[in-house]
Amino acid sequence: MTIKFKQETFRDDYTFSNSPASIRRFPFPFDQDQYMYSVNIEPHTKGEPGSYVEFAIDIDEHYVAECEDKKIVLDQDPDRYIALPHMMDAQWDMVELVMESLSEDYPELFKLTKDGNNWHWINKPLAIDQTFVFGDQSTLPMEPFEYIGRQVQGDWVILDQRDNNLFADMGIVTTQADWSSAFDAGMSFQEWHGPVPHAHEMGIFDRALKFLLNMQYGSPVRRLNWTMTVNPRLDTSPENYPVWGPDNVSVTPVNVGEKVHLRVELQALFRLPRSNAIAFSIRCYLISLQDLVTYPRWAKRLHRVLKTLHPDLIEYKGLTNYHQMMIDYLAPMDDGVDIGLGTQPE
Amino acid sequence: MTTLTVKVADVEQVTDVVKHFTLVPENGELLPHFSGGSHIIVSLNINGRIHRNAYSLMGSTTEVDSYHISVRKQENSRGGSIYMHEEVKPGSILEVTYPVNLFAINKMARRHVLVAGGIGITPFMSQISDLNRLGYDYELHYAYRSNEHAAFREQLEEMCGDKVYFHVDSEGSQLDLKVLLSHQLLGTHVYICGPDSMVKALHLTAKDLGWPENHVHSEQFSAPPMGDEFKVKLVESDIELVVPSDMSLLEAIEGAGVDAPFLCRGGACGRCELEVVECDGQLQHNDHYLSDAEKLAGNKVMPCVSRARCSQLSLKL
Repeated sequence: MTIKFKQETFRDDYTFSNSPASIRRFPFPFDQDQYMYSVNIEPHTKGEPGSYVEFAIDIDEHYVAECEDKKIVLDQDPDRYIALPHMMDAQWDMVELVMESLSEDYPELFKLTKDGNNWHWINKPLAIDQTFVFGDQSTLPMEPFEYIGRQVQGDWVILDQRDNNLFADMGIVTTQADWSSAFDAGMSFQEWHGPVPHAHEMGIFDRALKFLLNMQYGSPVRRLNWTMTVNPRLDTSPENYPVWGPDNVSVTPVNVGEKVHLRVELQALFRLPRSNAIAFSIRCYLISLQDLVTYPRWAKRLHRVLKTLHPDLIEYKGLTNYHQMMIDYLAPMDDGVDIGLGTQPE
Repeated sequence: MTTLTVKVADVEQVTDVVKHFTLVPENGELLPHFSGGSHIIVSLNINGRIHRNAYSLMGSTTEVDSYHISVRKQENSRGGSIYMHEEVKPGSILEVTYPVNLFAINKMARRHVLVAGGIGITPFMSQISDLNRLGYDYELHYAYRSNEHAAFREQLEEMCGDKVYFHVDSEGSQLDLKVLLSHQLLGTHVYICGPDSMVKALHLTAKDLGWPENHVHSEQFSAPPMGDEFKVKLVESDIELVVPSDMSLLEAIEGAGVDAPFLCRGGACGRCELEVVECDGQLQHNDHYLSDAEKLAGNKVMPCVSRARCSQLSLKL
């Protein structure tokens, strides 16, 4: 399968869009009519060919444009990349994880050849051809994790495991849903989840942490998370709130289908071998409501989820301004018929 | 659990009671990388019954063309170590899990003090390879009964140089934990692996001297103790089974074809925790995971090492 990479933007003129194939493979997160938090963790095993979980790291038509957007963010704000000194083993673990998965899963796009520690990496979509010595930082143009982090879509936070807890001690974070990597750096698992409503009382984080502490190398896991974003903007960081925050009040009943995007995060977690750290990848997928409703089943489901969403979650996810507009937009598409369980489009 | 098939490439008699096994991948490729302090679980089919024993990886963390484990022959064990000593030979094929690390160094520590008793030296061998490579400050104290039991002494002298101290019981040079722990820099972490009494003594000494709990690390894998036979009902699977006296509860559940979670199989990690629905007798907790209060409450059990003295135990599984 060859991928036709799109030229598009995630800022200013917002030329981002999904092709029909990309709409069809969208990671729609709602398998039932009501949404509440759960520890919805499942093994990150290979899924259906062509689906967003076919491979450990998904490369899609937005790959080149997203890497370009990531470069813009890092140029403007280099602090979006953070690596504490004790994380060097984890940096190389990440180089191995990304290069091995991509070259194995997309041989027509990426190539890795190894002669002992002498590695040769070719990234065709980004026109990169690099020979380096694995383990020798001086043979790469920048720190190993930043080097490889710029060549994958989505955010990566690397968690050091100590004191029976996980600490966010390394990260490359440019497509975040209103959280700050600089603010969360060095925090423990419970600390960086502090603002999430209800889930603490439900014991979600204690259970999730216990599970993650015992996660094994070779057995990655995944879950989906979601929110909404006005305009297809990847960098909705608190640091840039003045840039994108006002967009929230630009939604009208007329433009809601075009402006409002469902933002789904495919969160995959991998135990890293040399460092015993955990790589937490947060891959962001965007879809406009008008594209989403091309599948009537998804329109019905989303309508029901939004209508019954807990008020605290409406507030936490920042939907207050346009929550009712989305419901009004979707209501005529929902005939109330039972659509059963499952996230499938049809 | 993700598993690997390995071939025994070499078996070396290290002391009277310790054998060192070199394991290589069956397909000739590289084995998965691991971090210092990791272990693997080796599956052994002994007379049709699957035993799963955890062994620390001892080799260098940068060389993964082979794995190295050492096994002490335990005379009153249920047979796993004896089988390893007597039946496993060069050319034997074994199934092992991917490495798991429940005894990792804390990379934020300013200094690392490693304390080994007897065969408890094994996890430190790979930790030292990491500590050396990363240039971290450490010292190793290795206590053993007598010179016949000084497994790996030469290798350690070579790896650690002047950072290793040997304490030989028979020569009266016993390790004084109080002296050791009372002169350490703030920010030091201590790690211990050895006999139960030694691990307990170190924890108590550290506590007494005011060490923060999270600066004291121990790896203690218990072998599942034997006990009386008892009946178990798995309420969700609707299966009833019997746990014989020489089999662990987890092994009996696996033997009945039920897929139960596990990780360390030594009562350390908590992964296999099961909810107790009913027990008409007494639970016998042998794990290091549950708190005393949880053990007393009696609604959780770690089936890898714990069992019950009762006629019927009902579990939510």
